[in-house]
This record gives sequence, structure tokens and C-alpha cells, in this order.
Amino acid sequence: MTTGPDPSSLPTQVNRREFVLSVLSTAAASGVASAAPAQPRPADAAPEAYAGGVPLALTVNGQQRALTVDPRTSTLDLLREHLGLTGAKKGCDHGQCGACTVHLDGRRVVSCLTPALQLDGRRLDTIEGLQQPDGSLHPMQQAFIDHDALQCGYCTPGQIMAAIACVREGNASSPDRIKEYMSGNLCRCGAYNGIVAAIGQAAGEMGKA
Amino acid sequence: MREFTLIRARSAQDAVQAMTTHPEARLMAGGTTLYDLMKLGVERPPAIVDINGVAELASFDTAGTRELVFGSLARMSDVAADERLVRDYPALSEALWRAASQQLRNMASLGGNVLQRTRCAYFRGGEPFACNKRAPGSGCAALDGIDRGHALLGTSPHCIATYPGDFAVALVAFDAVLDVLGPNGMRTIPVEALHRLPGERPDLETTLAPGEIVTRIRVPATKLGRASTYHKIRDRESYAFALSSAAVAVTMKGNKVEQARIALGGVATKPWRARQAEQGLAGRELTIETALAAGFAAFMDARTGHHNAFRIELGARTVADALMIAAQRT
Repeated sequence: MTTGPDPSSLPTQVNRREFVLSVLSTAAASGVASAAPAQPRPADAAPEAYAGGVPLALTVNGQQRALTVDPRTSTLDLLREHLGLTGAKKGCDHGQCGACTVHLDGRRVVSCLTPALQLDGRRLDTIEGLQQPDGSLHPMQQAFIDHDALQCGYCTPGQIMAAIACVREGNASSPDRIKEYMSGNLCRCGAYNGIVAAIGQAAGEMGKA
Repeated sequence: MREFTLIRARSAQDAVQAMTTHPEARLMAGGTTLYDLMKLGVERPPAIVDINGVAELASFDTAGTRELVFGSLARMSDVAADERLVRDYPALSEALWRAASQQLRNMASLGGNVLQRTRCAYFRGGEPFACNKRAPGSGCAALDGIDRGHALLGTSPHCIATYPGDFAVALVAFDAVLDVLGPNGMRTIPVEALHRLPGERPDLETTLAPGEIVTRIRVPATKLGRASTYHKIRDRESYAFALSSAAVAVTMKGNKVEQARIALGGVATKPWRARQAEQGLAGRELTIETALAAGFAAFMDARTGHHNAFRIELGARTVADALMIAAQRT
């Protein structure tokens, strides 16, 4: 699929704004969440509209990023093609495999079906942000190694991000529950038994931390 | 993907205004259906109205004594995990957590889920497949195609695409209604009246008028909720669309059924309430035999194609098993 033009080639000003509201520019500058309640404005004011680039201010693995993207861009393509973060993998690109799983405001989502236009003011965490500054691995990463929870490894970043969320949600209390709540992550090598065991191990360790 | 103008709505009224100004625009909540179909080129909207910033649509309240109220932008995962729902309306919770994956449920809204479009491969596949839903008048490739997952109920000679959702099926079983905001104000319709039968115009999927948006889903509080289930049979145990499903609720008087609600998913062109089957059960003892008879009654009007006839018995047994599961919860 095409990902649209490189955002760096787009003008920083949007091409055509039918209506310009101060809400957006202040939100973008201050990183205010786009889900924040609307600020007071005249009753006859129209919604914000953009044709062309959409300005975004977001936090990626703890770092503030500001950029303008083609509104068609997926979060997965934003990460891989524009931010150089290739940990999240493109498997199916249609929300059917889970290889692109990342955390958006702390919740797991498939980045291939998350339009980047939804990211303004939000926090994105990827597999690249898991490792500690001293190089030590997240307990889930170590557990995947301990249990041989991968073969080719292509699905692994998505598995690990989904698994961490699964534990935090409280959905790792039994092997059956882990299987149900990890069903959105396919592993064509069939490392499922190792994955379930790894999550069971990490669930205990994450609880202690 | 076709280029589009992005419009960010800050209120439900904003969204209605934008949808009225841009009649061909599409409303985007989670985007899990729409954005997917845009990637496939099946949806080609010139404008997108993003409602994710509309806080007034995002809340839900299950504590009421008269009704449960869900904002159309509430996320599937949040509602599925609601303790009151899990305890008092298990069919509603199960219909949500047995759909998609946790990642998708974190993204997808209730309103978008109810309005999700068919998974018919000929609809999603685009050219060269004929599809009256995607390209009106082009024909239906499914009629002589691989129709294993296609509908048995509510079909027409122009379309046999299955309605794929789960939550709407449970909503129909509980007589839920939708509040709909449009250019002429607010109106309320039963969820059962939202989806159209394909008839001669499979491209017309809902009864929503131009510019109308679903703002709330309301479920009347009922003692039927407690003994209910959403039973879903799939090709794999999890993370798949239903081959057949049943939202079932019962109240018992002794060992006899006082009232039964049965709605079918995965087998019809819209969320399908099986009233004949419900009426056949009322006042009768619930055994696996009467449950199975109700199941087959639900499929009395089924029309089969080349590869989907097995789903009549599968569907009947899904209903029967659902009834036995629900009755154990009384």
C-alpha cells in the first residue's frame, strides 16, 4: 500500500483549512490531549477541517515529537517509515495478526488500524522503549527468552507488547485466560505454549516490581 | 487510499453539522472497520469526520434501575469489563469480549461496532468481484461463490452477505434502543430497526438518514439479564467471526420457561430476533429436546446456498446450548 508523501516534504502549514480554530494550535503546542473537552468557542463556529497535512504533537517512548503527516498515514507506517522505529512489524496490515501491537496511552492497540491522525496529544509506547537505560530487559522480554517463546521472531514485538498489557489488565490469571486475551496475536511458527508459559512467569515478576 | 479532508468534531452537534455539510463524509470513531476498508479501496470517502474528541459520547452508566445507558463512543473493552454487566447482563458482556481481540476492543466504539460492515470476501475483495453492496447493480459473486460463511436468513437474490457483529445481536435480544441525533434533532429507534434487509438495495444498510449519528445505546433494565449468555461458535476458539451465535435470555417458573429471548448472529443479513422460537418455548419445560426444537424453529425460514447448509444444524445447536447455559444462571 502507499503511505502518502513523506511528511517532511509537506508544508508545515496545512494546504487548505476551511476553518481555523485556536483550539488546535494551542493543543498542538502544549501537547494537550485531543480528547480534552472542547474549549469554549462561538456557537456558530464550525468544526476544524484539514485537507493536506495534519499537525501532530505526541510522546513516543517518553520523547516529545512534533510532525505533520498525510492524514492517510497509519500509526504503524508513522513509526516505521517516519520515526525509524521498526520494532512494530507489518504482518497483515488489516488488524488480523497483532504483529504491530503498541501501547496508546497505556492501552494495547494494533497500530496498523490506528490512523496517525488520532495521535495528537497522546502517548505511544513501542517495543523499543522497554529496555532499561542500563540495558537490562523487561521481565516479559526475559521470559520470552527463558521459555523459547519464539522461533522466527517476526511476531515477537507484538506478542510482547500485547503480553505486558495482558498482565497489566489483570487478564493473565490462568493459562486459559492468557490464551483468550492473547488470541489477537498470531504466531505462525506455533510457539504458543512457550508464549503462554512466558506470560505466566512474567506476570508473577511484574506483580512484584 | 483516496485523499480525504479531515474534520475534527468537538461535539455531537459538530459532527452532525459536518456530516450535513459533507454528505459523502464518513464518521470515524475507532476506525477499525472504516480505515481497514479504506485501505482496501472499498470505502473511498472524500471527507472523514473524526469524533474521537467528543467527550459527551464516551461515557456509559450501568447503575440505573430503569435502563443501562452507553455512549456510542464508549470502547468495547471498557464496557465488556463493567462489573454490573458481567454480573447482571452476561450476554452483553460476552458479546463484547468474544468479539475481535483486546487490541481491537480497546480501539473500537460501541456505535462503530453496531454499524460494522459485512466481512463478505467479495465485498471486501473489490474488483473484479461483483457486489451489489459495494457497486450497486453489479451482481453478487457470492451467490455462485464460496458461500460457506454467508447468510441463511434475511437474504435476497441480490445479496447474501452476513451481518458480522455480536453486540447488536445481544442488544436486539434485550429490546435496546438507539438515540440518534440529526439535522432535525433527536429521535429514538429500536436497535432492531437500525439495519435493513438487503432486498433489492443491499447498498442501503441502515435506516439512518443523511447527517444522523448514533449518540447513545439504551438497554431497558430487565430481570432477563441475569440468566443470559452470548454463545458463539467459530472456526477457532477465539478471535474469529461467528459461524453461528445466539444471544439468549430466560426467566423460569419452576422448571418451565416463563419468558425467553433468542437472537441470532453470524447467520443472517442483520441482527436476527427469533420470535417464533421464543414463543414456542414459553410455558414449556426446558430440556435439551425442547431447546433443540426452539433452535430448529429459529431456522425454519433458512435458505441455503452451495456450502452453508451445515450451519442450520450448527445454528440450531448453538441456540439449544445457549438456552441450557442461560438456564443454569437462573
